[in-house]
Amino acid sequence: MNSLGNIKTISKRELSAYFTSPVAYVFIVIFLLLNGFFTFMVGGFFERGEAALTNSFFMWHPWFYLFLVPAVGMRLWADERRVGTLELLLTMPIAPWEAIVGKFIASWLFLGLALVLTFPVVLTVNHLGSPDNGVIFAAYIGSWLMAGAYLAVSCITSAVTRSQVVSFIISVVACLFLILAGFPPVINLLQNLMHNWQWLVGTITSFSVITHFAGFEKGVLDSRDVIFFLSVIGFSLFTTSVILRTHRTS
Amino acid sequence: MIKVQNLTKQFGHKRAVDGISFSVERGEVLGFLGPNGAGKSTTMRMITGFIPPTEGIVSVGGFDIVENPIAAKKLIGYLPENAPAYTDMTVHGFLSFAAEMRGLRGDTKTKAVQRAVEICFLEAVLHQSVDTLSKGYRHRTCFAQSIIHDPDVLILDEPTDGLDPNQKHEVRQLIRRMGEKKAIIFSTHILEEVDAVCSRAIIIDRGRIVANGTPEELRRKSDWAGAVTLTVNGIAANAIEQKLNQLRAAKKVTATATGNRVTATVFPRTAGDGDLTREVIEATSGWQVEELRTEEGRLDEVFRRITLPDTKN
Repeated sequence: MNSLGNIKTISKRELSAYFTSPVAYVFIVIFLLLNGFFTFMVGGFFERGEAALTNSFFMWHPWFYLFLVPAVGMRLWADERRVGTLELLLTMPIAPWEAIVGKFIASWLFLGLALVLTFPVVLTVNHLGSPDNGVIFAAYIGSWLMAGAYLAVSCITSAVTRSQVVSFIISVVACLFLILAGFPPVINLLQNLMHNWQWLVGTITSFSVITHFAGFEKGVLDSRDVIFFLSVIGFSLFTTSVILRTHRTS
Repeated sequence: MIKVQNLTKQFGHKRAVDGISFSVERGEVLGFLGPNGAGKSTTMRMITGFIPPTEGIVSVGGFDIVENPIAAKKLIGYLPENAPAYTDMTVHGFLSFAAEMRGLRGDTKTKAVQRAVEICFLEAVLHQSVDTLSKGYRHRTCFAQSIIHDPDVLILDEPTDGLDPNQKHEVRQLIRRMGEKKAIIFSTHILEEVDAVCSRAIIIDRGRIVANGTPEELRRKSDWAGAVTLTVNGIAANAIEQKLNQLRAAKKVTATATGNRVTATVFPRTAGDGDLTREVIEATSGWQVEELRTEEGRLDEVFRRITLPDTKN
């Protein structure tokens, strides 16, 4: 009944926690520097001569997120358990899922903010040419959804352990799987290894964030891709709640 | 207000809490005593709904903590062991957060925070970040969080741990004052606190309740209850021992000499026997007695005897 109010209170606290510590600023600065460097130096934005951001800007996001999102998510539950505030939080008159969703939303909004701050790239490309801004918008949405999926996976690993470092490493590996499952060299390798089980290769590939992000990058808002990311988030948050409950019972 | 029935918690092969039952009414302050690892914190965590019990029922204000957790938790204020708090927040921010989590908004919230700050003497550090606080202030901040919504039930896990003597005194006063209108459970291993604060005490050992009563009742279980201690000048220790041992109500006499002076203690045959004092006075007439007093019994001795049955002598 009052779930929305509880979620809002928790999100607000969590968001302010990012900004009272240097984490938020360090994260945003590094994220923006990486984006700038890879877009203009490595991605060859100017040399390409195309009025688009797909190949120079968005293609790096799955890889940036691989390291940066687990860094944002690692403290979510690990710290709460280490300091003991989990006991405070879960003895308040709220449902555990409200806490899980509240904390997730805060971090996701924070990632959204970092993403929005890349707007100078959009201004640049609009100044130099006339890109299809619909495509750019769709890719931004896709990028944010992808970040959410990574973040939800980090929620699980953060709930598993008290140590932020362990949480970080496990979630990098898990997210790496989400990328590599759709990485062309890996797909080729799988196809060669398992030519009798092509359906299995298809199943593995369908778990890749890259495959699902590709549609957004082309400007296609396919409901299946949206559902994929949302279901990864939903499933991961549910798993987080199961893990937290298990900790309390044993 | 609080009803606990046959509460049990199993961790793997270990029974941390083993069939505990008790109840606490409004206006009562229940002291929870026991050696480390006796199951005090586990019991409190089950009462507050942090961990589910393996067996048994907890009801708070009529609401079952497992069936109806949110309604039950609304009535409870909880200070966990080690007083955790969000270190990245200011004291004011933390208390506002706690108030909001309790559903307080706007003016009511401001007033609630103000009230808790006044009660816990936090004005001086209100805008300081929690991780820069001294242990005493941090403890009081977490304590303030637990009373922010003026709950009917307070569960305090070692509320005076790590405080200096003045702060301890303040917190005890506070608990006693609030205990007039609330149902309070607090755990401690400092026995003086039981006398200072509790209307009733429970001693837990290895997950079971081994004693339950008012501090006076517990003290009366002591060998020291009704014992007579006297200081005598100018008579040899063994002569005193011999004489007092012959008393009808005496069970045992110990005597130690320091110079010319002997301090002797006569233990009663039955604890709390008032006859002993009279007999000792009669027997010592003519002696040069400097001091004579009847002991009330010692809680620490009761505590040691019932929580360590192997070393009983």
